[in-house]
Amino acid sequence: MKVSELVEKLGLVVYSGKQGLEEEISGGYVSDLLSDVMGHAQESHVWVTLQTHKNVMAIASLKDLSAVVLISNNKPDDDMLAQSQDDGVPVLGTNLPAFEFAGKLYNLLHEDGIV
Amino acid sequence: MELFKADLHTHTVLSPCGDLEMSPRNIVARASDKGLHILGITDHNSTRQCQVLQEAAKPYNLLVLTGAEVTSKEEAHCLAFFETHEQLAEFQLYLDEHLPNIPNDPDKFGYQVVVNLEDDILYQEERLLISAIDQNVNQISQKVRELNGLFIPAHVNRGRNSLIGQLGFVPFDLSFDALELSKHITYEQFIKKQSYLEGNTFIQSSDAHFIEDIGTAYTHFYMEEASFEEIRLALHNKQGRKVALAS
Repeated sequence: MKVSELVEKLGLVVYSGKQGLEEEISGGYVSDLLSDVMGHAQESHVWVTLQTHKNVMAIASLKDLSAVVLISNNKPDDDMLAQSQDDGVPVLGTNLPAFEFAGKLYNLLHEDGIV
Repeated sequence: MELFKADLHTHTVLSPCGDLEMSPRNIVARASDKGLHILGITDHNSTRQCQVLQEAAKPYNLLVLTGAEVTSKEEAHCLAFFETHEQLAEFQLYLDEHLPNIPNDPDKFGYQVVVNLEDDILYQEERLLISAIDQNVNQISQKVRELNGLFIPAHVNRGRNSLIGQLGFVPFDLSFDALELSKHITYEQFIKKQSYLEGNTFIQSSDAHFIEDIGTAYTHFYMEEASFEEIRLALHNKQGRKVALAS
């Protein structure tokens, strides 16, 4: 599944990094601790978090993640947006809290046989 | 140059996790007993106990460095110090503006009180001080810079509530005066894992929450005198001033 399909199916806001919307998704990871994501997220995962600072993008790029989803209507900081544009990793947004968003994401990826 | 022993990370009764024995007069008496020359007062997200500490230290040969341990949006703890009462007051306004309005429950987290030299309660902080403020580490560093203060990410070796614990690394564009190690690690053990941080100034402090913890870790400062500007010079290894870890 591509990031753009995820955006469409779950009604996500695209804040930045549109050039990355055609990347494939291999799964998801939910965490607000960057060192944990660094250790455990896998390539092409979608990262679900409430953190909105630019160091999130540093980790997302290093780990080759396919997108970052900000939960509970959290808005990205300006420097996070700029970094996302530079790196081409999309920053997306949802109104849902992490638990509910992760449930929907899991169901969607599971139906597609991805997880 | 003279040698000064500095423990730059101490909590008081104002921090919810600070023991009720951590009153200004107890703290300065203990710091003096332990042979410290410089003591940093760093309550969580508040500077409100600092001036009483300065008063309490007057009978002793002890410089009190006034500041706070700020919890950033990333939940990384950072020490900030200011030289004048005006700068400190300005930083307090910044903390008041950015601390979320979550009430403290003293039964669960502990009391948050400012006390005077006689241990009478002057003020009770209603908002929970261990919350994260809504500013990231770069924004906090910038604010400290504007007020000509000192900015030192706290216990960076720790797995939680530290820059490296929360982010996995020290951001390359973050401006700081030194990095602090907790007392649970030596510089050699730390730098083996984080070799990219070699060349920075490191301090070590006790992070005391109980009286007996004060001075259990400290840093040697080689300076002309114990003053804010001399400390800044030492942290930047300038004009012959320098710091060395005591462990």
